Amino acid sequence: MANKIRVATTSLAGCFGCHMSFLDIDERMLQLVEVVEFDRSPLTDIEHCTNCDIGLIEGGVCNSENVHVLREFRNNCKILVAVGACAINGGLPAMRNHIPLEECLNEAYLDGIGVENPQIPSDIELPLLLNQVRPIHEVVKIDYFLPGCPPSADVFWKFLTDLIEGREPSLPYELVHYD
Amino acid sequence: MSKAITIDGKTIPFEDGQTIMDAAMAAGVYIPHLCHQPEFTPHGSCKLCTVKVNGRNCSACTYPAMDGQDVLNETQELIDDRKKITQMLFVEGNHFCPSCEKTGNCQLQAVAYHLNMLDNHFPLFYPDREVDASHAEVMIDHNRCIFCTLCVRASQQKDGKDVFAVSGRGIHKHLIVNAQSGLLKDTDLEVTDQAAHICPTGAILIKRTGYQVPIGERIYDHKQIDQVSLAASGSRPDAAFPPSLAVETEHLKHGE
Repeated sequence: MANKIRVATTSLAGCFGCHMSFLDIDERMLQLVEVVEFDRSPLTDIEHCTNCDIGLIEGGVCNSENVHVLREFRNNCKILVAVGACAINGGLPAMRNHIPLEECLNEAYLDGIGVENPQIPSDIELPLLLNQVRPIHEVVKIDYFLPGCPPSADVFWKFLTDLIEGREPSLPYELVHYD
Repeated sequence: MSKAITIDGKTIPFEDGQTIMDAAMAAGVYIPHLCHQPEFTPHGSCKLCTVKVNGRNCSACTYPAMDGQDVLNETQELIDDRKKITQMLFVEGNHFCPSCEKTGNCQLQAVAYHLNMLDNHFPLFYPDREVDASHAEVMIDHNRCIFCTLCVRASQQKDGKDVFAVSGRGIHKHLIVNAQSGLLKDTDLEVTDQAAHICPTGAILIKRTGYQVPIGERIYDHKQIDQVSLAASGSRPDAAFPPSLAVETEHLKHGE
């Protein structure tokens, strides 16, 4: 067990669609867990990552907690990977970037249709929103990028098997999609 | 005796008056490009077709072919430059492919795929750009305009109109339309105009047609832009010249 490759995953400002797509490797997951052990991940509920080989990051950064998590991953993963459109360019969450944050909050929590008990959430437990959603390569050094919304299961499989088997990861034309 | 240049060591014949791009396409050699289409006056603005001619960087679409030129096209240095140029095009607009109806038929995306561009490298600009949906059948999404001026040239040179122009300089550069109101509905653009169909990205779209061809079955989902571009230009790799100067219209026929 001690020699297994340690993989951590997280979703920042993402929809978990990339994680779902990763799980679409289906029965190949059994092959994977023979050589890989999952550390911090929504799949394990481990809260913090330590001494990992590979960190997979879904989503961009939209709040202060995202930034802390991303830095924790960078500090603890030898190889950090931006997974999916949102991690790479902010994606759909970044479409709020040209709307002032106050207007976004007002629309969601005060003025929107069907809002009951209107109030802007302000519990101290809640992370503060950034004024813009940013891609993760603007915050920490990223080693590899897997484009797609989401990247297909075959993209995860090709990338991870390349890495595990000691090859420089590469994606052929048919695996590169931005949609 | 026929005149010829070499591209990456391969002998390519040409006729007087042809550019390096003309000669290359006729011979079945793909040089990446976005702002160029053979039927329009070359513009030389996107710089993707930058090649090294006798040691100097030149735009293949505007540079005349001359006997004996030594042209480099597929070198690692030029491929890297083209990738950086494409990344700059992506970060200075708002190119969110998953929510764009042009995805899979987009030449900007296709060039990026061809160059195996996996990231944006640069910080993103997220500029504030508008959408003009005023016209009944055609819309402009300025978020996706790369200022190639193909719509400007198509309107002037094919449609006999003057609907589009590019205004401003540098980061303030933007596409404008020929109407006092600034709205597309007040121009004489018609949905049958070539200018309405020529956009290489999703900046000018025909309404209510975006999803006629499903994502996954679109032009560049399975074919690389070099194959599509050369097939559309009617080039035959081993053909003798004079070359065909057929029109690159493949993308017009598929689900715009």
